[in-house]
Amino acid sequence: MSESAARPKGLTRGFLTANAVFVYVFFYAPIALLLLFSFSDNRNVGTWGGFTLGWYRDFIDNEPIQGAIWVSLRVAFASTVVSVVLGTMAALALERFKFRGQRVFDALLYLPIIIPDVTMAVMMLLFFSQFLDLIDTVFGVQYGKGLTTIIVSHIAFSISFVSIVVRARLAGMDERLEEAAMDLYATRWKTFRHITLPLIAPGVAGGALLALTLSLDDVVVTQFVAGPGSTTLPVYVFGLIRRGVTPLINSVSVVMLAASILLVLLSLVLQRRGGGSVTASAE
Amino acid sequence: MTVLEDPPAGAAPEPIALPTDDAAVATPEFERAAERAASRRGFFIALPAYSYLILFFAIPLVIVMIYSFGTRNRFGDTELANWNLDAYRKLTEPLVRDIFFRSLWLAVLTTVICLVIAYPFAYFLATRSPTIRNLMLVFVMIPFWSNFLVRNFAWRVILGTDGPFSRATEAVGLGESRILFTPTAVVLGLVYGFLPFMILPLYAAIERIDLGLVEASRDLYASGWQTFRRVLLPLSMPGVVAGSILVFIPSLGAYVTPEILGGAKTTLMGSYIVTQFLTARNWPVGASLSFTLTVIMLFATILYFRKGGRTL
Repeated sequence: MSESAARPKGLTRGFLTANAVFVYVFFYAPIALLLLFSFSDNRNVGTWGGFTLGWYRDFIDNEPIQGAIWVSLRVAFASTVVSVVLGTMAALALERFKFRGQRVFDALLYLPIIIPDVTMAVMMLLFFSQFLDLIDTVFGVQYGKGLTTIIVSHIAFSISFVSIVVRARLAGMDERLEEAAMDLYATRWKTFRHITLPLIAPGVAGGALLALTLSLDDVVVTQFVAGPGSTTLPVYVFGLIRRGVTPLINSVSVVMLAASILLVLLSLVLQRRGGGSVTASAE
Repeated sequence: MTVLEDPPAGAAPEPIALPTDDAAVATPEFERAAERAASRRGFFIALPAYSYLILFFAIPLVIVMIYSFGTRNRFGDTELANWNLDAYRKLTEPLVRDIFFRSLWLAVLTTVICLVIAYPFAYFLATRSPTIRNLMLVFVMIPFWSNFLVRNFAWRVILGTDGPFSRATEAVGLGESRILFTPTAVVLGLVYGFLPFMILPLYAAIERIDLGLVEASRDLYASGWQTFRRVLLPLSMPGVVAGSILVFIPSLGAYVTPEILGGAKTTLMGSYIVTQFLTARNWPVGASLSFTLTVIMLFATILYFRKGGRTL
């Protein structure tokens, strides 16, 4: 199979290559510079002043940051677990069954994806200000905004992303495998547990990674629904940046970047494994 | 022999007691009952997510709509008793209108720049050998998954006074750069943040195209431009639209990027809405703008699906 004409020559080819190089430089130069300056012994964030690990030491010693990291991790973990379960169930229902209200559900599931962060933040703020009042008047219990409201909001925007990823996987899966299992007298639960779930596992893992990243990335929604004493790391860092940039933010940023890159690489390894076994069993 | 496989409904005088789950061999009633059971099952599996989204998404959206018809009293609280359109009227004032059109302009600009960079890149990617392609994709995925706030902060470091960019422009003799806190910096940050959102759907669309069609077009003496215009672009249109929506929506509502890279003179819609809630305490105006934004997004998306788009 020759791709001779599909792969352009001459000027076009030069342009395409140059563009690709540009894209990668554009993507990675800022990250590299950030990494470099996180080791710079200068109070100005973008100036080199000799090598130091001081900003990382500051990062480790900074108690509010350590506290914010814990809040972030707890929020991310809780919201990922719940949204993966709910999102996977939603994907199964939409992809494998026909039921009443399906179209409405499908549309409702798409909405959180197309709604901008700021609107979502406003929605959650107004909702909780009403809802917490309601709980107060009905049960006489005063709940404040805090960890729970952050988690609830993160789940609300993560479910849709999880279900889209899992649905794509379900749609690409051979339905006859499930039918075969049931023909061989597997119960529905057994079929799901031993056939469907292993086959869609890479999709579920991908959805989980997406939910985790969305939760760890979110600034706006969290800022609106966080109470006193429950600041996540991005919200805290955002506040720091607005008050004035310090090299401490460089080191925090590098740690956050490293964490996300590690997560992606981990998922790639897992996906490869999962992907391999799926193609093997599908053949 | 067909009789054995597929007996007509009335053929068997006495239906044998079969396990009810085995709808395949059953009469129409059986089939309908099985269908109903499956429908119920589907509904119950959907129920947790369904109710969650109704309670924590649909109802909040309705509340935003209600607030947008409310009135702000002297204490900065919102009165919901008399519905009126004052908050929407405020949106037509020059100040808000300027903010709206500025946001719209920057979002369109971001989308177009992303498209211009991403399209040739996606084509380049799609014409590589599978190994190289996968490797290149991984290096697009990494910024895609990396923390958005941090990636915007990186530009703050680069563009700042005495930062590397300023040094570079000085070295070339262009003098100190003053990009930071301008709309240019905001667009730069938005393009940096959302470029992967454009590349990935475009790549997915172009990769699906049978590149033999490109060859055929060239064999028939179409120029490179004609091939692009008449063959490649129409076939990759779903990717173009999907990528554009994925970049346009978050750009229009952007908050973090303009806050970090934009200046006081470049207030965008996202920041304006946040200010209405957190500082100005004019919730009806913030709500009406949020709601308007949502309606715009909704129409953009519906248009996309009408045009035959399938993936987002």
